[in-house]
Amino acid sequence: MRYLPLTETDRQAMLAAIGVQDTDALFRDVPQAARRDAPVDLPHHASEMEVEARFVAMAGKNLSAGCAPFFLGAGAYRHHVPATVDALIQRGEFLTSYTPYQPEVAQGTLQYLFEFQTQVALITGMEVANASMYDCATACAEAAAMAARITKRKKVILSGDLHPHYRSVTASTLQFTDIEVEALDPDPLGMEDLIGRVNGGVACVIVQNPSFFGRLKDLKALADECHAEGALLVVAVAEPVSLGLIASPGEMGADIVVAEGQAIGNALNFGGPGLGLFATRDKYLRQMPGRLVGQTADVDGRRGWVLTLSTREQHIRREKATSNICTNSGLCALAFSIHMTLLGEEGFTKLARLNHAKAVQLAEALAKVKGVKILSQSFFNEFAITLPKPAAEVVEALAKKGILAGVPASRFYPSYPELAEVLLVTATETNSEADIAAFAKALSEVL
Amino acid sequence: MTESISGNRGMVIEEPLIFEQNTPGQCGVDYPAVPDVIDRLGGLERKSAIGLPGLAEPTVVRHYTRLSQKNVGIDSSFYPLGSCTMKHNPRLNEKLARLPGLADLHPFQPESTVQGALELIDTCAHWLKILTGMPAIAMSPAAGAHGEFCGLMTIRAAHDAKGQTQRTRMLVPESAHGTNPASAAACGFTVDPIPATPRGRVDLAALKAKLGDDVAGLMLTNPNTCGLFEDEILEIAEAVHGAGGYFYCDGANYNAIVGRVRIADLGVDCMHINLHKTFSTPHGGGGPGAGPTVLSAALAAYAPLPYVVHDDKGFRLVEHAADAGDNRPVGRIKGYHGQFGVFVRALAYMMSMGADGLRQASTDAVLNANYLLAQLSKDLTASFEGPCMHEALFDDRFLKDTGVSTLDFAKAMIDEGYHPMTMYFPLVVHGALLMEPTETESKATLDQFIATMIGLAQKAKAGEVESFKAAPIYTPRRRLDETTAARTPILRWKP
Amino acid sequence: MSKTYFTEEHEWISVDGDIGTVGITDYAQHALGDIVFAELPSIGAAATKGKEIAVVESVKAASDVYSPVTGEVTGSNSAVADQPGLINESPEENGWFFKIRLSNAADLDGLMDRAAYDAFLKGLE
Repeated sequence: MRYLPLTETDRQAMLAAIGVQDTDALFRDVPQAARRDAPVDLPHHASEMEVEARFVAMAGKNLSAGCAPFFLGAGAYRHHVPATVDALIQRGEFLTSYTPYQPEVAQGTLQYLFEFQTQVALITGMEVANASMYDCATACAEAAAMAARITKRKKVILSGDLHPHYRSVTASTLQFTDIEVEALDPDPLGMEDLIGRVNGGVACVIVQNPSFFGRLKDLKALADECHAEGALLVVAVAEPVSLGLIASPGEMGADIVVAEGQAIGNALNFGGPGLGLFATRDKYLRQMPGRLVGQTADVDGRRGWVLTLSTREQHIRREKATSNICTNSGLCALAFSIHMTLLGEEGFTKLARLNHAKAVQLAEALAKVKGVKILSQSFFNEFAITLPKPAAEVVEALAKKGILAGVPASRFYPSYPELAEVLLVTATETNSEADIAAFAKALSEVL
Repeated sequence: MTESISGNRGMVIEEPLIFEQNTPGQCGVDYPAVPDVIDRLGGLERKSAIGLPGLAEPTVVRHYTRLSQKNVGIDSSFYPLGSCTMKHNPRLNEKLARLPGLADLHPFQPESTVQGALELIDTCAHWLKILTGMPAIAMSPAAGAHGEFCGLMTIRAAHDAKGQTQRTRMLVPESAHGTNPASAAACGFTVDPIPATPRGRVDLAALKAKLGDDVAGLMLTNPNTCGLFEDEILEIAEAVHGAGGYFYCDGANYNAIVGRVRIADLGVDCMHINLHKTFSTPHGGGGPGAGPTVLSAALAAYAPLPYVVHDDKGFRLVEHAADAGDNRPVGRIKGYHGQFGVFVRALAYMMSMGADGLRQASTDAVLNANYLLAQLSKDLTASFEGPCMHEALFDDRFLKDTGVSTLDFAKAMIDEGYHPMTMYFPLVVHGALLMEPTETESKATLDQFIATMIGLAQKAKAGEVESFKAAPIYTPRRRLDETTAARTPILRWKP
Repeated sequence: MSKTYFTEEHEWISVDGDIGTVGITDYAQHALGDIVFAELPSIGAAATKGKEIAVVESVKAASDVYSPVTGEVTGSNSAVADQPGLINESPEENGWFFKIRLSNAADLDGLMDRAAYDAFLKGLE
């Protein structure tokens, strides 16, 4: 057991120093009824080779995204992550370090989080951002709770264009509070009237841009209406690369922005861990959940960074904390930040333009397939199409042909028959013209 | 110490922010040309610059490498943080998590194309159920606090299902970690604190006095935050159940008992497990973690969506309440299917250690902590009589009249090459010093640590206050001003 | 002529007629350490004796401030909002938190005077 340094000689010497006969004596407070006298009924220890073989076998039963033309999105996006990112995050001082509670030995972590907070504020067009949350779905729930605290109102409206996971996590998380969550029906055609629903009882409205169905919207009118009624506008962004090309939620008047940061710097990882981005205006700072890194000076007057405003958090405020969150998504935030640093203004905006161009090419190719209709006039890198058959069946058929064709809306909304034929498709910089052609060809064969 | 010309101190470099190294137009990534298309942005194209700095790849590598050199990690240092379980993070876990067949999978691919991934989640769940002896598990919580929240939600749902909606009071020991009352409040419970006895355990009589038909349950950390096993746990469970409540166990300290105690036999109804503590997944500077929560038969039906089921047709995900059969999921608490990348790492560790290794790990963890307790009790003040479990609690009585505080003592430890132990927690003793060595430390490391700690204690008692107040002196930054940081928050760079 | 009373939660109230000025004591500011923020009640807010009315935060702790009396808040100290350090420097004078119109003078019965509070502090050691 290669992870255990103690030898039998060590153990005996230590037991003698402690003054007990054997290690069982150290467990004397455990009630007899709950003691295990032998190892549990699971396999015994295994070598690296054996464990590797087991995992390679499990991995072999999956069709990985890189092995097929791949067009899935719906909140998780596949981008090319530069090799530098993974090499740097595996440095032991990043990988195996703890939360930076001792700032003198954690200036590395604190500086990169300060840079991360700045990058998030810049791309979202907001004034301040925190050091990350678990994912966009839980960040949405936190934003709703924050809006309720600020406005002292009890009602939260969730747009029908919000990712269904963000909707259900927000509703589930707040179900035992006095906050009322009203989730509007899914809105693939962008028909809902949010402005008409805003009134003096509403704490916030939560929308997504680009929407879950890919549609782009100008949120300025909604923002103005919210502010006129004293409500907050929360904007969710599932594809952070879109912020390289689309007007930012901050510019459009958002009060809180939440986003899923996974797509930058992090692999798909079958959906987890994610990276929740959270940004707001300075005036709401004290109500913002999560960790914050602030700049200061040390006793020699040198610039440095520390965790700050901790008195909002659970370890101090306990049941009156802004949130119960403790762990954040540290290493994923580092990966995001390194990737963003490599990209810079030039690279980030170019990456976004490249994504949009690929999506336009995909839309043109699919529009030529008989029976396919593109649902949104405007989009970033993801859009919804309707098919003449249930989308889930089509996706299965295409998977058998070795094409990972997109995500059927029915996966999320099985009880909405009008969505059965809706398919979400995405193109990123990782898609080639050959991929697009293969998809269009296979689709026409299957329909 | 004379300043160098550059301001650098040997290999410790004064590294500016990325924003201060901006070369406009520079980029660390090459892309092919953007195809010429007519855009479909609906006029919503960004009009203003974002303000991101441009750096070339070598500059970026140097930047982050230099930042890393100002951190310590388990790889480089002994990190005896109480209740954090800073054990070795195996690189095998990292290698396996990066297999394309595991890392390059989209959560919404057709299930037929991800059977291996679903098998992995199911296998990880299976190991955790067998280890704890519990019949069910919710895999989706993203961290310990999230797992607490999940467990409490099932408790609330179970009571509501029986019409017991008056049960809104949650009993929480005073020594509990702050996430406990915060999670309880998030579930709509009021928090009622239970005091500790002079022996550092929950006061059973006080607990019994607080029971009533408005009590939803008890949140108990076991082993508790003082590093002690709650030896009256069976009586505690019986009392809580007898009053109609449920028993939530905070599993942050599970490392002490993994292979040696059957959680189910302690009367526990739900317990979260910190995979980034007990099961070696890396702390990553603050995350990501995972907090899968085991559940008793009484609470199993309320586990959140989604979960993996396995039948003769293979593995599939239950993602909607309508497909949950007799189950009554409390809803969904996390996007997608849980912290899959963390499951890969945890399962690799579990399989490497095996049932025998995991048992030996808890044994060695407890042995190491008791060794520290025995060897340090003369020069430091142990708060409670031993034996302890996997962590040893001391308080600042040994520093009385020295003018040296727990904080000063911790800063002096940094100069000695150690990450300080947990300070000022739990709150039930004054100036707490909570040390958890874990099982992945050698006796040689512990002996060196013990000698250093004894030396520091003796130095403090000998009246050498100044050196403690000045510490640390060997770090890139010293005693940062947290007051100014909070009074005048600067939370981002501005041009 | 104003008279000052003290609570066991280390608040002070200086009463002149039916208006009281409320703050935290020197003992409290010392225990908290460097104060970084104070959340004060708004003018017109209703205060209840013994219930939370304000929050004071230091780097390491956040403490609820309880109203010593029942009444209506008539003023709050904006100087403290801008410069929380004032609470450390002058806790019982310039670092006052809010003013309150008492609805019941009998609320002051049972509060300590300076001598009783000093004795109370001695008992805490």
